[in-house]
Amino acid sequence: MVSPGPAIGSTSGLSGLLPELEVIRKDFPILERTLAGGMPLVYLDSANTSQKPQVVIDTMVDHLERHNANIARAMHQLGAESTEAFEAARDKVAAFIGAPERDEVIFTKNASEALNLVANTLVWAGERQIGAGDEVVITEMEHHSNIVPWQLLTQRTGATLRWFGLTDDGQLDLSNIEQLITERTKVVSLTWVSNMLGTINPIAEITRKAHAVGAIVVVDASQAAPQLPIDLAAMPLDERPDLVAFTGHKVVGPTGIGVLWGSRAVLDQLPPFLGGGEMIETVRMDVSTYAGIPHKFEAGTPPIVEAIGLGAAVDYLGHIGLGAIHAHEQAITAYALEGLQGIKGLTVLGPLDAALRGGAIAFELDGVHPHDIAQVLDSRGVAVRAGHHCAKPAHARFGVQSSTRMSSYLYTEPREIDALVEALEYTRSYFKLD
Amino acid sequence: MTAHGTDRNGLDALYQEIILDHYKNPHGKGLRDSATGESAEVHHVNPTCGDEVTLRVHLKDGVVEDVSYDSLGCSISQASASVLYDLVIGKTVDEALAIHQEFLTLMQGKGNVEPDEDVLEDGIAFAGVAKFPARVKCALLSWMAWKDATTQVVAGGEDKS
Repeated sequence: MVSPGPAIGSTSGLSGLLPELEVIRKDFPILERTLAGGMPLVYLDSANTSQKPQVVIDTMVDHLERHNANIARAMHQLGAESTEAFEAARDKVAAFIGAPERDEVIFTKNASEALNLVANTLVWAGERQIGAGDEVVITEMEHHSNIVPWQLLTQRTGATLRWFGLTDDGQLDLSNIEQLITERTKVVSLTWVSNMLGTINPIAEITRKAHAVGAIVVVDASQAAPQLPIDLAAMPLDERPDLVAFTGHKVVGPTGIGVLWGSRAVLDQLPPFLGGGEMIETVRMDVSTYAGIPHKFEAGTPPIVEAIGLGAAVDYLGHIGLGAIHAHEQAITAYALEGLQGIKGLTVLGPLDAALRGGAIAFELDGVHPHDIAQVLDSRGVAVRAGHHCAKPAHARFGVQSSTRMSSYLYTEPREIDALVEALEYTRSYFKLD
Repeated sequence: MTAHGTDRNGLDALYQEIILDHYKNPHGKGLRDSATGESAEVHHVNPTCGDEVTLRVHLKDGVVEDVSYDSLGCSISQASASVLYDLVIGKTVDEALAIHQEFLTLMQGKGNVEPDEDVLEDGIAFAGVAKFPARVKCALLSWMAWKDATTQVVAGGEDKS
């Protein structure tokens, strides 16, 4: 673990940090790990995947040890327990995002599958089927998983893909919104928080605009769900997105489980995605009828223990409070922005005001490639991400081939930011940059 | 924090001075059309990190006349392109392919292969890279591009004969 040591800098005066940070850190056993050479782990890659609290690990192990059975089809006691735990996880996820209805929560494999579910079912015959002449609008700051499915959709249907550009300071360029969102627009799909620039997008404003022309709005909340309080039911109907996707492993849950929330109205209009067990009402050899939501979109045995782990994860976050977590992320982000910008030759990509962004900061360091930065940092126990972060178009927009990204979470301490800054200074000296 | 051991957690094994020298002063960098032999150009990317290289090979009378390249990437990928240039220019295609195989074997050896300095010259500095699985692809990017381009020229020549 990170040894307490003497207080560094002015971190004790940092306001907004979670009051029980030391207790929270103890919930995450991996944070006590040391790496090669006895270096303590400084984990700053939470936008890639978050670490898991003991309660998530224990919940999953307990289910496998004591309650394991298939759900919804086993008529025995274990089957009932397993089904109850799985459906309780759905309730917890619904509460986490303030879903108007718990049955609007669909379990998927990950956020990519959730987005692909939408982009595929919109191609097929149904009330929302997209065709030639229709338009789909995305943005230049999307993760590849919110670009490629829409490229596939428009290639398959003859529809046109359009996108919002970005301003020089990393915001969505809304100056041509009137030309982009028109009566031809059928879908607007955008990220809530950019995984590269950190930008928080004006979802309500864009949704109002899209709804006014009858388009549906899909939101990739993969980076938003971990750090912003989300209360869908509290959003006015004209500002509430129609579909929201996020993944379990970034909200301290396990991998292999994602979520698609959709309004009942829109989900009922979409045809089924995968066919198979439990998504049907009745099956004859010539034709089948389908179950209602959520089961209509959950063919086959789902990732049961992963869903239950996700339930424990969002319960854990809910107990701490997303408002408090958001404040913590903002405090750490502001502290990191200040520290990073003190490093010679370092340029932060995206907004420089912590209030306008999430807790992922991508940056460049003159004269050192991101791979080499990440490698030197790793030798000092500091884990960051290097590369294009699955956002090549956003990098291209800023003329950058790749970048280094640090990302914090509820367990991140100011002294870990100090360790990052120190390791970056060391990187500069290692590559003899002065 | 305490010292990081004599080899700074393996960092110095990875970033040999030879590698850093090639990185700062790459040999043969830039795309050229000055050579006269048969040529082919390829573009290879590392999809994981986005590193890329555009590489052109000129072969004349079965000899590697020129290898020119434009590349974006980390120190390891840049330095390995520079070393490749030094090693294959002026060699017959068969000799160059043998050097390629030697380098490939070294890089895929997980650090257990003893490099032959007579064959690989500065390339032996990459022995340490083989211990870092995430970086092996960086070292091989331009080498794979070179083999691809060379194979294309050779195949093109055979088509014509």
